[in-house]
Amino acid sequence: MIWNRPMETMSRDTLAALQLERLQKTVERVYHNVPAYREKMQAAHVTPADIKSLEDLQRLPFTYKQDLRDNYPFGLFASPMKEIVRLHASSGTTGNPTVVGYTRRDINTWSELTARMLASAGADADSVIQIGYGYGLFTGGLGVHYGAEKVGASVVPISGGNTKRQIKLMEDFGTTLLACTPSYALYLAETIAEMGIAREKLKLKAGVFGAEPWTEEMRRELEYRLQILAIDIYGLSEVMGPGVATECPVKNGLHIAEDHFIPEIINAETGEPLPYGEAGELVFTTITKEGFPVIRYRTRDISVLYEEPCHCGRTHVRMGKVSGRTDDMVIIRGVNVFPTQVESVLLSLGLTEPHYVLVIDREGLLDTLEVWVEVSEKMFSDEVRKLEKVERKIQRELESLLGVTAKVKLVEPKTIERSEGKAKRVIDRRKLTK
Amino acid sequence: MKVQQISIFLENKSGRLATLTHTLSEEKINIRALSIADTTDFGILRLIVDRPDEAYLALKKAGFTVSETSVIALEVPDHPGGLASIMEIMAGAEINIEYLYALPEKKTDNALVIFRVEKIDKAIEVLKNNGIVVLTGDKVYGL
Repeated sequence: MIWNRPMETMSRDTLAALQLERLQKTVERVYHNVPAYREKMQAAHVTPADIKSLEDLQRLPFTYKQDLRDNYPFGLFASPMKEIVRLHASSGTTGNPTVVGYTRRDINTWSELTARMLASAGADADSVIQIGYGYGLFTGGLGVHYGAEKVGASVVPISGGNTKRQIKLMEDFGTTLLACTPSYALYLAETIAEMGIAREKLKLKAGVFGAEPWTEEMRRELEYRLQILAIDIYGLSEVMGPGVATECPVKNGLHIAEDHFIPEIINAETGEPLPYGEAGELVFTTITKEGFPVIRYRTRDISVLYEEPCHCGRTHVRMGKVSGRTDDMVIIRGVNVFPTQVESVLLSLGLTEPHYVLVIDREGLLDTLEVWVEVSEKMFSDEVRKLEKVERKIQRELESLLGVTAKVKLVEPKTIERSEGKAKRVIDRRKLTK
Repeated sequence: MKVQQISIFLENKSGRLATLTHTLSEEKINIRALSIADTTDFGILRLIVDRPDEAYLALKKAGFTVSETSVIALEVPDHPGGLASIMEIMAGAEINIEYLYALPEKKTDNALVIFRVEKIDKAIEVLKNNGIVVLTGDKVYGL
């Protein structure tokens, strides 16, 4: 279902005119209200008056996560604090947390966006939506929550964790839509099977999964195990939170809410914009936000933009599933490796459980990659050579896809840590010796 | 004529065998014979126990990856050439042996050996025709 037909199916020309008008206002706003943006623009010799077309966006300097840290906590806010009604922040494990602020109008916009996302997954006033994203400073929980109330659904704000209770409420309350990370959804599916709960006892129809990159194979796995429609959603707190982009049931890319954001794909090294269809780093400019607008924010997420019209009727451009992060990526012997590549190999072979971790170490001067995978009941054999054959098969597939030698290690079931939020896919032991 | 063997996947790390044997002891399951095949990373423990089905369920419940396989238990004359004569019969019938291990025998002068073979039904038939004693499951579990 399309939540906001006029906006989501607007003609490209009308949309471009709307975007330009909103972009110009946003640039004015940050130039006058935020010293850090003004200084950057002055250094690049651009003023708001120079933004005469959408192409002129490229004249504006990029904004990096470091800019958020440097201006901690409220230095990049474009509204006075008395207009800010909500603050969210990242965990800040590597320095100052990054803080974002929302005005009342921003919260309304955000609710609209998450409502679009949930409606796209089939939610309406009859739905029971269970929100397994963390509530609190993380934008996942509250972001989806407001949209769920906006569509009029009955909201179960359970937050992350407490898996058995999640499943009990799912059964007792008749949850129809689940929102959480894909890795947690998989863990829930596994636990449901373990608890011996028959699928007929659950009313689950769909899930909106995001906050970490996941693959098509993972979608098939979740759709098969939970018997649901699994929809990919995208968002980041620096830009808004969940709802920046969402898949439609066509499942052919995520529609970016272009009436609120302008996306770009750039070459991460040179900063040069790339044409539609080419993979690169995703960059966002917000064009309606008041409290915390961002200009050309570097997401570090790798994706592709598609402009071809979608069968669902929405006219907004689609971004491909995020295939990794420029900073999540591990470089092994000079080769770029993304955990999602490993995931797609494991799931397409279907021999093992889809739980895995990449362990990177250094022996002498050489990096080594070990992929730990859990044995599954169906592939287990009493004969060593059959297990070794499976190891070799996974290894060959991995090596041919990654272009780097990988050793596969089978581990016992349930020994790879299950996440209730974002899954930890990489253990890099090289750092310990540096 | 077949004997049920329990196989368990074990990662090579300390404490796993302790957990496993503790699980069996809790269920009062007695181990009749065991063998471990190991690689650098993992091992496969094969067990003959008195109550295989219960052992299978208990281990599965404890989170182990377990499978049940059919094997055969043979009485092997306990003198030079005893095992050789059985191997000749198997080779003659083109029956491949995946692995074998011995079992402590308390009641007779013969040795007991567990065989995991590819064509189990054919193996039983050939062995019996050649006068080899193939033990029943109940006999082995109750040793």
